[in-house]
Amino acid sequence: MPKVKVDGVEIEVPAGATVLQAAELAGKEIPRFCYHERLSIAGNCRMCLVEVKPGPPKPQASCALPATEGQEIRTDSEMVKKAREGVMEFLLINHPLDCPICDQGGECDLQDQSVAYGRGGSRYHEHKRAVTEKYMGPLIKTTMTRCIHCTRCVRFSEEIAGVDEIGALYRGETMQITTYLEKAAHHEMSANVIDLCPVGALTSRPYAFEARPWELKKTLSIDVSDATGANIRIDARGREVLRALPRNNDDVNEEWLSDKARFQVDGLTKRRLDKPFLRRDGKLVQATWNEAFAALSTLNPGASIAAVAGDMVDCETMFAAKALVGALGSSLLEGRQTGMDYDTSSLAAVNFNTTFNDIETADAILIVGSMVRWEAPTVNVRLRKAVKRGAKVFLIGPEWETTFGGEFLGEDLSLIGNLPGHVADTLSGAKRPAVILGGAALGRGGLEAGLALAGQLNLVRTLEDGTAWNGFNVLHMAASRMGGLMLGYAQKGGIADLAAAKPKVLISLGADEVDYTKFADSMIVYIGHHGDKAAHAADVILPASAYTEKAGTYVNTEGRVQFADKAVFAPGDAREDWTILRALADAFGVSVGFDSFDQLRAAMVASVPALGVEGLADYGAALPAGGGSASGAIAYPIKDFYMTNPIARASATMQRCSAELLHGEEFAEAAE
Amino acid sequence: MADRYIEPDTPELRARWGNFAWTEANAAKAKDIVARYPEGRQRSAVMPLLDLAQRQVGAEENTQGWLPIPVMEYIAEYLAMPVIRVVEVASFYTMYNIAPIGRFHVQVCGTTPCMLRGSDDLLATCKSRGMKKGHISADGLWSFTEVECMGNCASAPMVQINDDNYEDLTSDRLNAVLDALARGETPKAGTQDPARHTVEPVGEPTNLVAMMTENHDYRSEW
Repeated sequence: MPKVKVDGVEIEVPAGATVLQAAELAGKEIPRFCYHERLSIAGNCRMCLVEVKPGPPKPQASCALPATEGQEIRTDSEMVKKAREGVMEFLLINHPLDCPICDQGGECDLQDQSVAYGRGGSRYHEHKRAVTEKYMGPLIKTTMTRCIHCTRCVRFSEEIAGVDEIGALYRGETMQITTYLEKAAHHEMSANVIDLCPVGALTSRPYAFEARPWELKKTLSIDVSDATGANIRIDARGREVLRALPRNNDDVNEEWLSDKARFQVDGLTKRRLDKPFLRRDGKLVQATWNEAFAALSTLNPGASIAAVAGDMVDCETMFAAKALVGALGSSLLEGRQTGMDYDTSSLAAVNFNTTFNDIETADAILIVGSMVRWEAPTVNVRLRKAVKRGAKVFLIGPEWETTFGGEFLGEDLSLIGNLPGHVADTLSGAKRPAVILGGAALGRGGLEAGLALAGQLNLVRTLEDGTAWNGFNVLHMAASRMGGLMLGYAQKGGIADLAAAKPKVLISLGADEVDYTKFADSMIVYIGHHGDKAAHAADVILPASAYTEKAGTYVNTEGRVQFADKAVFAPGDAREDWTILRALADAFGVSVGFDSFDQLRAAMVASVPALGVEGLADYGAALPAGGGSASGAIAYPIKDFYMTNPIARASATMQRCSAELLHGEEFAEAAE
Repeated sequence: MADRYIEPDTPELRARWGNFAWTEANAAKAKDIVARYPEGRQRSAVMPLLDLAQRQVGAEENTQGWLPIPVMEYIAEYLAMPVIRVVEVASFYTMYNIAPIGRFHVQVCGTTPCMLRGSDDLLATCKSRGMKKGHISADGLWSFTEVECMGNCASAPMVQINDDNYEDLTSDRLNAVLDALARGETPKAGTQDPARHTVEPVGEPTNLVAMMTENHDYRSEW
């Protein structure tokens, strides 16, 4: 642990820290463009120059200089000030003065730092360089004249995303950042380069010229497009959500966000259910809330009622529905819309126990039936990190293009119980082995076979350093899944049990993937926000709120309880889901025991205490023994990454991505 | 040096170069080159392989050779590396031609020592023979670039043509070299001054003359 002096104050810094990190630890701000905590060090912007003794009598790039014992670092000397001014002046030589028409304005590193560290004016009178725009796909808008060649985007796509698409062509003054042949960036995390870009060279295409950052109301929220529970910030102006940005959370999404989570928000204003509808003579007609509840109050379902939860609902909504169904004397609740019926008696057996953070440290990973890139893009980033640290990865399932190598063993579930010799050897010889079961591997005995393998490999163990290791993981795809399971949204036979019970009323909480033909005799009450698949099958539509329009609790696939705030109001007559369920209780003449959101949340926490505490819920480490054998070919449930939920399906941006990035390519090949 | 851009990827280019593959001799050479690098570092071979590919393209179309996009893709596939990384290398180093080139690539040095020794005449000579920056002459023989110092200042002015340097040039001597090349001959590389062997001093030595005859110790004279 070297001791260094920063501006005369001695501090101790961790071994291996850079001078820049040492200065940060001492509370000194070091301006930088190319340096980024999560990327490799490039040292090419030179903005982080400081004075370091001992050393050559000139400013040094602090990001690339290791801190060593006895160093004297000055960040406030005349030399440093002049150096920063000089670097800034050079950076601005070719940077256009187009801040008024630049989307980065107001949240631009170059703008901020030139105000803080630059000279007052420019001495440059020659022509500025101009660079043609590059095409980087439907999500990233480029204005390459603004590029200052920090290469953050190049390093991101190479190191984090694992898809080498962006590069720096030519040299010197003619250097240009581009994708190969200006093809669209082709991966699920591509838009993160927009956040990384310290200037306005790469900006968001869907958000282009929409708003200035200071106009936006920022609300902390949780993403619901997959089960990873990425932490996001919702930026809204008035009643419209304009964009979603990732928030830093080292335990969950680090600071990345999948393209879908980021850009599906424009779907929040399209195809919205903003009025109640009633089916009359086979047709859905608009109604008022009073008419809707009047119609519902005549149903008298008694205990013949069931609720099915969609993939994006929050725990409060599910609890409110559970309370309603329970008050009527029924316990028919299900969240696994597509008919999965795996055993949920132990939540540890259906949880991502290793946690996202620790999966990075696994040294042998077996992935069964999960196309991680599409099902959980931010977890895919973690797997790539694990492989970079030396982990061996084996996959069972149809081949997909991984960003981390790995060996595909075959497509059949029976391989779980019959691993090839070298795979079994690697897994049993590993110190930190992990098994990840995806949604496609849970059915047909897959979960039980996986648990048997977990027992066989002794996945739950105490490591040499005394910490506990649980290498058994299930990677879900629905944001509501773990919360739903904690609230009891699971029947022994899955949704088939609900269909078999032939309930008089089926409450659908935004459940768009259910096969409603099996509920032909039921009155389907759809409480959701988009006119998607379920709305077509519904008999009564009660317009509700999307995830940005209500506060809620979400539990991600690790069992991490997280709270989201309400960013905007729901459009038209739509209401928050819990209020609809509360009113429904009145219509059905029962009491659910809450009249406000706080009461609802209190009741929920009283019922499931873990939902009241932010952080990992404790499901215990003990796994059921499992057993039996699984068989059947694996087929991944996600056919189109950009179209997995009603919001994304309504989003013009996601439709464009799907058509261009996924289908466009196939069309082109067919045309040839 | 500037204004160097990759030849656009067109269907015609694909048709011409899409099925580029090593010739038998070059396949063996490429294998040798890759074997020079340690296991797992095969990507390091990208530079010699690009050069080899450029020469093969040159041999095929009887030019100095250049690197069409499909050829770069072939190298990327050969080394199992992303194409963009190959293109980065090829576009960075100016000895890789990334656009079509003539039979002879005449690179005239115009940096200070050569300029003082008359490189302006050489540029004029080239111009009078129809060479123009970034263009191939009508007969397909000449491509022309003005370059910065090539490190032959002791025998300035100089011109680099494909793999050889021609030094101590005058307008006439350059014309002679170019004529010889055009006739398909191989003029002697290096100095074109008949009185000079390599870059030894012109006339009598003026420095360290005492060393000419014996191992003279100058230290006492410092």
